[in-house]
Amino acid sequence: MNVMSPDSYVTADGRTIGGTLMEMKNITLRFGGVVAIKDISFDIREGEIRAIIGPNGAGKSSMLNVISGFYVPSDGDVWFDGAIRPKMRPYQVARQGIARTFQNIALFEGMSVLDNIMTGRLTKMKSNMLSQAIWWGKAQKEETEHREKVENIIDFLEIQTIRKTPVGNLPYGLKKRVELARALAAEPRLLLLDEPMAGMNVEEKEDMSRFILDVNDEFGTTIALIEHDMGVVMDLSDRVVVMDYGRKIGDGTPDEVRNDQKVIDAYLGVSHD
Amino acid sequence: MPDQFLYAVEVIINGLMAGVLYALVALGFVLIFKASGIFNYAQGVMALFAAMTLVGIQKGQIPFAKLINTVMGTELEHFPWTVPVIPAIILAFGVMILFAIIVEKYILKHLVNQPEIILFMATIGLAYFMEGFGDIMWGPEIKKLDVGLPQGGSFWIEDMTIGLGGENFYGFFIDKLDMVATVVAILLVAALTIFSQYSKQGRALRAVADDHQAALSVGISLRFIWVLVWSIAGFVALVAGIMWGAKSGVQFSLSLIALKALPVLMLGGFTSIPGAIVGGLIIGVGEKLFEFSIGPLVGGATENWFAYVLALIFLVFRPQGLFGEKIIERV
Amino acid sequence: MFYREAGDFKTSYEDDSQTFPIKFDRLRYYAVLAVAFGIIPFIINDYWANAVFVPLMIYTIAAIGLNILTGYCGQVSLGTGGFMAVGAYASYKLMTSFPDVSILIHILLAGAVTAVVGVLFGLPSLRIKGFYLAVATLAAQFFLVWLFNKVPWFYNYSASGQITAPERTVLSIPVTGANTDAWAKYMVVLLFVTGCAWLARNLTRGSLGRSWMAIRDMDIAAEIIGVNPLKAKLSAFAISSFFIGVSGALFFSVYLGAAEVGEAFGIQKSFLILFMVIIGGLGSIFGSFAGAAFMVLMPVLMKNIFVGALGWPTDLAAHLEFMVIGGLIIVFLILEPHGLAQLWRIAKEKLRLWPFPH
Repeated sequence: MNVMSPDSYVTADGRTIGGTLMEMKNITLRFGGVVAIKDISFDIREGEIRAIIGPNGAGKSSMLNVISGFYVPSDGDVWFDGAIRPKMRPYQVARQGIARTFQNIALFEGMSVLDNIMTGRLTKMKSNMLSQAIWWGKAQKEETEHREKVENIIDFLEIQTIRKTPVGNLPYGLKKRVELARALAAEPRLLLLDEPMAGMNVEEKEDMSRFILDVNDEFGTTIALIEHDMGVVMDLSDRVVVMDYGRKIGDGTPDEVRNDQKVIDAYLGVSHD
Repeated sequence: MPDQFLYAVEVIINGLMAGVLYALVALGFVLIFKASGIFNYAQGVMALFAAMTLVGIQKGQIPFAKLINTVMGTELEHFPWTVPVIPAIILAFGVMILFAIIVEKYILKHLVNQPEIILFMATIGLAYFMEGFGDIMWGPEIKKLDVGLPQGGSFWIEDMTIGLGGENFYGFFIDKLDMVATVVAILLVAALTIFSQYSKQGRALRAVADDHQAALSVGISLRFIWVLVWSIAGFVALVAGIMWGAKSGVQFSLSLIALKALPVLMLGGFTSIPGAIVGGLIIGVGEKLFEFSIGPLVGGATENWFAYVLALIFLVFRPQGLFGEKIIERV
Repeated sequence: MFYREAGDFKTSYEDDSQTFPIKFDRLRYYAVLAVAFGIIPFIINDYWANAVFVPLMIYTIAAIGLNILTGYCGQVSLGTGGFMAVGAYASYKLMTSFPDVSILIHILLAGAVTAVVGVLFGLPSLRIKGFYLAVATLAAQFFLVWLFNKVPWFYNYSASGQITAPERTVLSIPVTGANTDAWAKYMVVLLFVTGCAWLARNLTRGSLGRSWMAIRDMDIAAEIIGVNPLKAKLSAFAISSFFIGVSGALFFSVYLGAAEVGEAFGIQKSFLILFMVIIGGLGSIFGSFAGAAFMVLMPVLMKNIFVGALGWPTDLAAHLEFMVIGGLIIVFLILEPHGLAQLWRIAKEKLRLWPFPH
């Protein structure tokens, strides 16, 4: 059902979608006797917005955790940037250029917004312990350089006023935005968003959708997201994977998926058209 | 049978009995941890305080005598009476219940929803407070605790086993007090298990342990449960205090039994009653056997740290403890 | 009027990230340094040095060390006493083996030795978390104290089992041993505490500090965004132990002069330092000073009141002290779990807006 040319192409709204960035090949994930993901394959192309949808417990979050390296698949291979990914720790995956946000916000509550976003740049900061201890030379210079990058992101996401506020004091919507800022600070090649709009009101959802599109557009970041709000998913994404009970039941453009009988049966219920 | 082997057997038997006592103290920790998520460092000081209170009541000591004397210039010391063992134990238990109520009312209630580590530190503060309080109330001197438990080695067992070894083997030396302590500890563990499995309060206790919020929503009073578990822990402390106090006197070092129970908890897990028992036995036997076999080579007194190092090494290979399920981390 | 940031615009990121962004704070900080280095050494006497300043500053170093591990990196340790003992015995062995090398270098080396030991006992932190780790650090406490007690090599086979600091000089002024002047002790310790506080501040504001705090606040998320937990935790153990080792070395060589391990570095010491960190404020360098000051000054004050002024027997006063310390810790945790540092921050925040309430 997923017929696409292997080469790059240009979408209707003028964005260029490149070749395959990440490919999941026959991924299976088991916890003891429970099979969370069963033999799923799909790919993510450079520059596209890829959505994973499915009912609760379908294994979407587990899939995202496999991509971000938090879970190691029981079977199957993860290909990233043309090479098979060896067994590695999550922080090594992050260094390959995969950043993510979390379903239940995972900000560092004891730190300010600025510090939180600065943690996103930890993968790129190289000054040694000694230089940091005397706060001279490389450490200070590096700090300033990275601060500039972070300030750009702060401007981009319009959170200048809360820069020095402890994140614990922020309302939910802003926390989500700070989390996005932290992920963006890593300048990822692949950005994973775990239900970026969960629990938001309409206005906040619109803001967040705009930010996601802008990120994709301005930085050319490849995005994979999980989302419950069907309207949002269909509007935002270029291609959609549909999961149910740990299996893949559909894959294609929003229109293709919307009209796929298996998907309608399993997830969308009766079509409203 | 070679004597060396028999000595080792004797060490193991003594280790098992020490282990039962460790398990008893660990049990007090587990109860409170399960019901309130509090790692109660004060458990050891509670045992000391309970034992001091028992001795004080038995002898008819006037509480705070020295403080009153210093401030008022009086010469108080003893009431003109002494109290028999059984009523004294009941009274001491009453004091521990009162203590539980005070702890709930003035400390726990105000620390709801704080991170576990804050609660833990609060109990360290509580331990300090009680240590000073106990000394002011009953005086700091070493006290002899006598509740009529048998003392000394059992000649009967020595006579029965003397024939097993060579002529330098005089039979197993086993302290009668240890045997009594073992029986009492086993009874107490059994009683607590039955209580928590079959009584109404026990069911409420397990509900609270599972999920505070859910327990509240079905009408269980959290505050009552807390008073209840702290009272039970107070009782366990009293029993442990009696056993250890009868053995080596009521003195500050008694509060250090809490430190003996900590590695037991690491092995067995903070929430598992069977874990506390098995862990206690492993540690008891392990440290006695280690001291017996390796101790002489390295200067002895290995009991101070052996349990900790054993638990540490064990946890590195099995972080979920003896009976815990494999931890699946989530984000 | 004076405590304002309005009008004080920062034009570079360096300026914006300095330690004291408000001018008044900066001035006060320089004033404190000036008094500490320029005035106190000339007026200090034995009582003030031995009862207050020297122990206060040595404990501050230890508290900073523990604060890095517990307050910044979130790994609770109850092994501080044991690590202080490592510093003390390392400095003793170095002092007696290489009498020609400066004592200042020995103290730093003692810190380095402690850092290595700290990393060793920090290794389990990669597998064990929370309470289990706290209890596991007790293994370090008990094992190290036992080791220094039982292996005569550590105390140079002395008959008493004690270690005694020989006289050592800096610029031909004795700083250890019986002939040391109060001001010399004071200056050595002041030098170290200033240096340690400065290092700690720098380490906690850069990328290393952020990776510690990330681990503290949410270790799993930290690893997923790219923090190497091994590196973060072990570096926290190393640096924390370095400070604690320096503190232990100073405690033995400059302050006590002679020490018996179980007495000087027992588990009570671990708790004492932990209390300082809690009362002062987790995750705050200033809090380490405040907490150490509190825990050193309070017993002095209580002794003066109850024994000195009211004429109570010392043992009664000692018991009361236990009660007060314990009670205060509980009260602090209930009223202000973030410690004195937080009270200080709130006061400054109020002052910034004064005389307006908002």
